[in-house]
Amino acid sequence: MSEIVLETRNLKRRFGAFLATNDVSLKVERGARHALIGPNGAGKTTLINLLTGVLPPSEGQVLLEGEDITSLASFKRVKRGLTRTFQINQLFNEFTPLETVALAIAEREGVGHNLFKSISSYSKITDEAASLLAQFGLASVMGERTTILPYGKQRLLEIALAFASKPRVLLLDEPAAGVPEDERHEVLQIVSDLPADVTVLLIEHDMDLVFSFADRISVLVAGAVFTEGTVAEISSDPRVKAVYLGENA
Amino acid sequence: MLTILFDGIAYGMLLFILACGLTVTLGLMNFINLAHGAFAMAGGYITVIMMNRYGISFYWCLPAAFLVAAVIGLVLERTLYQWLYQAPHLDQVLFSIGIVFMAVAGTDYFMGGQQQLINLPPELSGRMEVMGVGVGRYRLFTIVLCALLAIALQLILSKTRFGSRLRAAVDDRRVAMGLGINVPVVFALTFAFGSGLAGLGGAMGAEILGLDPNFPLKFMIYFLIVVSVGGTSTVSGPFLAALLLGIADVAGKYYVPAIGPFVIYGLMIVMLIVRPNGLFARGGR
Amino acid sequence: MSLVQEPAMTAPSTSPETTSRAAALMKRRSRIRFYEIIVWVAAIAAYFLLPTKMLILTEIAILALFAVSLDLVLGFAGIVSLGHTAFFGLGAYVAGLLALHYVAEPVTGLIVAGVISGVLGLLTSFLILRGSDLTRLMTTLGIGLMMAEVANQMAWLTGGADGLSGFSPTAILGLFEFDLFGQTGYLYCLAVLFVGTMIMRAIAFSPFGLSLKAIKGNPMRAGMIAVPARKRIVIAYTIAAVFAGMAGALLAQTTSFVSPDVLAFHRSADVLLVLVIGGTGYLYGGIFGAVFFTLIKDWLSVITPQYWMFYIGLLLVILVLIGRDRLARWVEYLPERFSKKEGGQ
Ligand SMILES: Nc1ncnc2c1ncn2[C@@H]1O[C@H](COP(=O)(O)OP(=O)(O)O)[C@@H](O)[C@H]1O
Ligand SMILES: [Mg+2]
Repeated sequence: MSEIVLETRNLKRRFGAFLATNDVSLKVERGARHALIGPNGAGKTTLINLLTGVLPPSEGQVLLEGEDITSLASFKRVKRGLTRTFQINQLFNEFTPLETVALAIAEREGVGHNLFKSISSYSKITDEAASLLAQFGLASVMGERTTILPYGKQRLLEIALAFASKPRVLLLDEPAAGVPEDERHEVLQIVSDLPADVTVLLIEHDMDLVFSFADRISVLVAGAVFTEGTVAEISSDPRVKAVYLGENA
Repeated sequence: MLTILFDGIAYGMLLFILACGLTVTLGLMNFINLAHGAFAMAGGYITVIMMNRYGISFYWCLPAAFLVAAVIGLVLERTLYQWLYQAPHLDQVLFSIGIVFMAVAGTDYFMGGQQQLINLPPELSGRMEVMGVGVGRYRLFTIVLCALLAIALQLILSKTRFGSRLRAAVDDRRVAMGLGINVPVVFALTFAFGSGLAGLGGAMGAEILGLDPNFPLKFMIYFLIVVSVGGTSTVSGPFLAALLLGIADVAGKYYVPAIGPFVIYGLMIVMLIVRPNGLFARGGR
Repeated sequence: MSLVQEPAMTAPSTSPETTSRAAALMKRRSRIRFYEIIVWVAAIAAYFLLPTKMLILTEIAILALFAVSLDLVLGFAGIVSLGHTAFFGLGAYVAGLLALHYVAEPVTGLIVAGVISGVLGLLTSFLILRGSDLTRLMTTLGIGLMMAEVANQMAWLTGGADGLSGFSPTAILGLFEFDLFGQTGYLYCLAVLFVGTMIMRAIAFSPFGLSLKAIKGNPMRAGMIAVPARKRIVIAYTIAAVFAGMAGALLAQTTSFVSPDVLAFHRSADVLLVLVIGGTGYLYGGIFGAVFFTLIKDWLSVITPQYWMFYIGLLLVILVLIGRDRLARWVEYLPERFSKKEGGQ
């Protein structure tokens, strides 16, 4: 049965007079592999920011599992199972990957407020962090400061970090950008291997990746939903090609 | 009643002239310059020295205070401040507190720690009746001059080429550079101009605000309130904030002397609770 | 709706070496460093080797506790405060008044001062939650000045400009009398500094401490890994206020005097300077900075009693222009260096 987990209603966001998100009403089903495509500047990142509470919308609503979360703080949305990656890495430069992921796990497990117990004494957290990092090929650098890691590794950490929160709805903002070619498919494979009830919304420019990954695609143009459909519908829609060729060539 | 209001307006207008340079430094360069009051103090002491030691007319002291403070500002901007535009706010805070301490101790050393007094020209001292309200002549002079300055500022910012460059640079530094605006020059001139205005404010305020070596410390909180309440994107925001602060402070100290000193803090706290992003800040964050 | 969910990825492939290396790395974060031992050994050695210097040693210990408490706010949560002395001063007055009117036993005064300062910290922490660095500067400065004004206005209670005197603490816990040379006083302050530092050290290595650094490092991402930033800042600020209040109480108790100067702005600036001299974000910076600052200030006030403020200002300017990071990194060159690998500040 198709159950809507993530929904927006007439979402709008203005920057000054500029309408970056124009009346977006989107529905994402549970377990979907939903792709969001559109030329640069279409407002994809802005939409993710609105969904995750990084930006407040100017108008409209965001619903998670049927509940209005429009004015909920980011961290509460994450607690409800909604998280994301950032197009531009947002990491803790002075932390090691191990600390970074361990903290995310600690917060997920609700022990982040613990004042006096050393984080190293939670061996389960450390173990899980280590295995998550290993899965993303980061085991060898888990004790280095994040800021000195090569860009590709930081990119992987960005994604691993979102996984650490064990989201039920995961929003990926161009996750493959900057990941070395040979690791790209592996990364998307890990995403594909998420349990079937985890919902994924993917922003990606590489159409091959999108068509192989997604079961449903929304096309965003100038802040508004231009069209939406299955892979077959979108890939054969000449207007979509025109949008991409016209504005992104 | 009206007299109090009048005094409050004069006080607020002075605060505006004193603080508006700071709003630009902050909006334009994202620099938290806690030493802004030191430039004002420089202007005040220039006036004291010129008038009391050399007997020069008060009217000449005002432009001189502006010029000297502007030159000091220009020199410091070129030699020291410009290196810290990209620095963390903590560094800027520490640096400018250092400047304040040096200015305070240095002034104390050269001028002594006592309150400085100036003798206003006779036509500016005393009171007169305007429509049944007793107004200090000097306060009237202050209000008129500050209002003219505020209008001039608004016009410079909105009508002149320099103003539009300045606004471009405030809005987006990179875009401004892309448009071929020489950002460092704009910065330096603006900093000097802001310091000059502070100097002028210090000269005019010597009579109303008082002048002693602790001036930069005493008024630091006022400047911060004007800037954070008024925001940095308009002239009118800090202007209204300064007026509000001036009137509240004067009225508070007059009507309820016991809690008068707390009025500004009360205002600050109320503002924080009601409008944490500033009273007149441009929407969003 | 529960948070529990099938493990997304069981990774049987994780080698045991990876797991144990991870455990070792995590353990190493909180390991006791060589310099920590040096600090405490030196502090105790000073008691025996410098019997005539008890007063300045006491001053250092008090300033160190004050600075370490600020580190929790600045070095961990990343909040620049211009009014940390509000808590120090409140603690001093509370301890003084308590000794004057009710209980002269110091530990009681210490605890009460800490609690009351903590309450002020809790109340004011809500004001610093929102807004930019600028608003926080205004708020913290304003609260500091307001406290000074309160003390000034309530002269009937606080003694106003004359300060508060005429009290003398009794024996600590009824056991240790204060002596004329300040030896008991020094050991008392040192003990409080030690306990306070150890508590804050535990906090530093807890998930809580790590989350504070995450908020400082990247608040947007911190939110996206479910860190409730405001709650954490409120707690950190309150704890810092407690220890700052205790530092103030120590000053009142060891000098039997509370000067209105405890609430003066320059104290807030001084403690910032102390902390940045020693380096932020690892607690011991407050201790190293306190030693350095107190010695410099002592020396300055001998050669130029009236204008030492000028030189403190000069020091601040130079410190920033040289780059305080570079200066504060010296601690890394101590054996078993601390921050490079483990991602401290
Ligand atoms: N914080 C902001 N302030 C002003 N304009 C913004 C801001 N964020 C995004 N925009 C504008 O909104 C539009 C959409 O941006 P974005 O959502 O990043 O597009 P996409 O991710 O689809 O490339 C762009 O024109 C961008 O310049
Ligand atoms: Mg984008």
